[in-house]
Amino acid sequence: MVFPVARRDGSARSGSLSRSPFPPNRAATALVLLAAGLAAVLGTVLDAAFRRGEGETGRGTARMVADLGLTDLALFTEARYTRNPSLADLHTPFQDHPLALDHFPSGSLIGPPTPWGQASLTKGEVPE
Amino acid sequence: MIRWFRVQVLMIDYTLASMARRKARNLGLLLVYAAILFVLASVTLFTGALREEAVRALVGAPEVTVQRMVMGRHALIDRDGLEALRAIRGVQWAEGRLWGYFYDTANGANYTMIVPSGGIVPSGGREAVAYGAPPEPGFVRIGGGVARSRGVAPGDWLFLLNPQGRLFKLRVEAVFPSASELVSADLVVLSEADFRAFHTLPEGVFTDLALGVRNPREITTIVEKAALVLPDCRFITRRDILRTYDALFDWREGILLALMGGAILAFMILAWDKASGQSPEERREIGILKAIGWETGEVIRARLWESALVSLFAFLAGYLLAYLHVFFFSAGLLRPVLQGWAVLYPEIHLTPRIDGARVLTLFLLTVGPYVAATLVPIWRAAVVDPDTVMR
Amino acid sequence: MDTPMLTLRAVTKTHNEGEENACTALHDIDLSLEGRGVTVLRGPSGSGKSTLLSLVGCLSRPTSGRIHLRDPETAEVRDISALPERFLTLLRRRTFGFVFQSFNLIHGLSALENVMLPAYPLGQGRREIITRATAWLERLDVAHKARTPVELLSGGEVQRVAIARAMVNDPPVLIADEPTANLDSDLVRRFLEIVARFRDEGRMVLMTSHDPRVWESVSVDRVVTLRDGRIAGDEPGPASPARQGGGGAP
Repeated sequence: MVFPVARRDGSARSGSLSRSPFPPNRAATALVLLAAGLAAVLGTVLDAAFRRGEGETGRGTARMVADLGLTDLALFTEARYTRNPSLADLHTPFQDHPLALDHFPSGSLIGPPTPWGQASLTKGEVPE
Repeated sequence: MIRWFRVQVLMIDYTLASMARRKARNLGLLLVYAAILFVLASVTLFTGALREEAVRALVGAPEVTVQRMVMGRHALIDRDGLEALRAIRGVQWAEGRLWGYFYDTANGANYTMIVPSGGIVPSGGREAVAYGAPPEPGFVRIGGGVARSRGVAPGDWLFLLNPQGRLFKLRVEAVFPSASELVSADLVVLSEADFRAFHTLPEGVFTDLALGVRNPREITTIVEKAALVLPDCRFITRRDILRTYDALFDWREGILLALMGGAILAFMILAWDKASGQSPEERREIGILKAIGWETGEVIRARLWESALVSLFAFLAGYLLAYLHVFFFSAGLLRPVLQGWAVLYPEIHLTPRIDGARVLTLFLLTVGPYVAATLVPIWRAAVVDPDTVMR
Repeated sequence: MDTPMLTLRAVTKTHNEGEENACTALHDIDLSLEGRGVTVLRGPSGSGKSTLLSLVGCLSRPTSGRIHLRDPETAEVRDISALPERFLTLLRRRTFGFVFQSFNLIHGLSALENVMLPAYPLGQGRREIITRATAWLERLDVAHKARTPVELLSGGEVQRVAIARAMVNDPPVLIADEPTANLDSDLVRRFLEIVARFRDEGRMVLMTSHDPRVWESVSVDRVVTLRDGRIAGDEPGPASPARQGGGGAP
């Protein structure tokens, strides 16, 4: 049995005749790929716009929040000052004693409660 | 213009040909770069969408929440406070709220127990609405997280041991729709009678109070007046809540970015090393290009195409994967970060939201430094005299 | 008689000027070169041949003295000794093609890609450049190796690819630095045949060599001898009409 032997210099003489005289244009491939990537990015923008239009979820949650009288997102359920950060008072994270280290991982993610109240009412606006 | 474009295409062709010589190295670099961008873009997209979701959900939060403070701690408030607030001009409605936390020893999860605002006596004067109509005593509506962790479905019994050890047997009336899990995952909604019995709470006391005002612009005045009536209370407005979430997401994003900082720095060192470690061969190659008629600017441009292509492809790959990850796979890889020690966590289905400015910032903060980090060494190598090859 | 293609007047070149290791490679060179024919610069190593070649080829600028070059397109004569690098490069790439001592092909690229490189900055279409580069490779009988990475080529093939690269922009002047070093006699003969063809096409060929096989070749018109950075001799070569006329029968 005869195996075709690959020549070390890679120039299979018989093959070169059938090949196009123009080697593949790498730049064109790269630019096409780039364009495809940009098109996909545009696609995400369209997808976002489309799903925003169709998704009623936002309004659904707003309704539920109003009806149940909720004040916070249920992101972290492990500690009360992370479950309801907007209602947590300043002392809650240090309820055990003033120098206690926060031992809930989410506590380190959401930051200490900010002293709101009358003092903060005149501060910067947040869109309603 | 056509001429310029043709030259760039040829330069890219040359750049790709020379990059192909170190395929493994360049692909590795591209992968690391894309992975970093994937994480950064995931965090950016996730927090951006979550912030949007929070703002959209919490516009329904009570305009003012009134919390009584005793020794710096949140304490129960009684009916007298409610009457005093109702007397203030501009207050549309005021009602007591009943809610609290419950640690379920059966599975180690924390639930939030709540009585719908429309279902508390005395009624605040708000009409009872879809979610607001309280369940009948003996019935509960639960969030998806609770249902999952206890393995119960509508119609099943939910057994709960109250803090005194008494067993409560409650019928699950409904599970909140999964689209609302971001606010409802850990909720156990029950009737006022069951709530008071479960927590052995006497009549006439509430967790806190909620106010509605007729004209939102009067909130400041109303809060000032209310503070005179109830000096031991803290007033949390809806704006405060929204601001809390704004700060929260900034903070969280900041934490994650800080954690990533090390990785980014390491990558920058790698990029700098790769670009500045112009080997003698690369220098020789630049010398040859200059000798055969390339200008310094053309050599720099060809080399810049290399870093530009690497960073553009890394950015596109990282961003697109992050988009899929966050909005099609519910940010599964970020879950451990959010989850912490919690047993219950929401299955978040975020509505995609792309903050152009943030994505652009991400682009500029990653692609910019990379291209800049490679520019200086390239420029230094490109100014060699063309006759170096003759020496 | 035409204005010479290149004129060097009182040209001195000092490497690393002003530094401790400064060395003067060329002293006070006066030389003028016609726009055609084959000229060989000969001399021992260190005599300044390569330095002179790089000055003539606009690869470097003289420390003092003047070099004038006739632009092949506009026939305008310009002083290039103080031209900014950018203009020097533009002038260089339409006037000269270079074959370097070790050929200096770029490894990892194919023969065709190496030949195409000098044409990239000119803004022609890719197909046009490929066609031209392939034509040169065919002319020099290495077209079958066009797609082969240059590090896999034999010595003779490398040399011919290097010549194709020098010629791809069709320059009127070919400059070659020790083109026959490390080549066997057969390859030297083939190289000289190529040089003779260029000469017959009306191109100018300027090369350095300390190889007698080169400067004794029949196609050489002029041999300039350098020693210690100065011109030590300037005589007609075997192909020169002066020598054929004065020297009797060929």
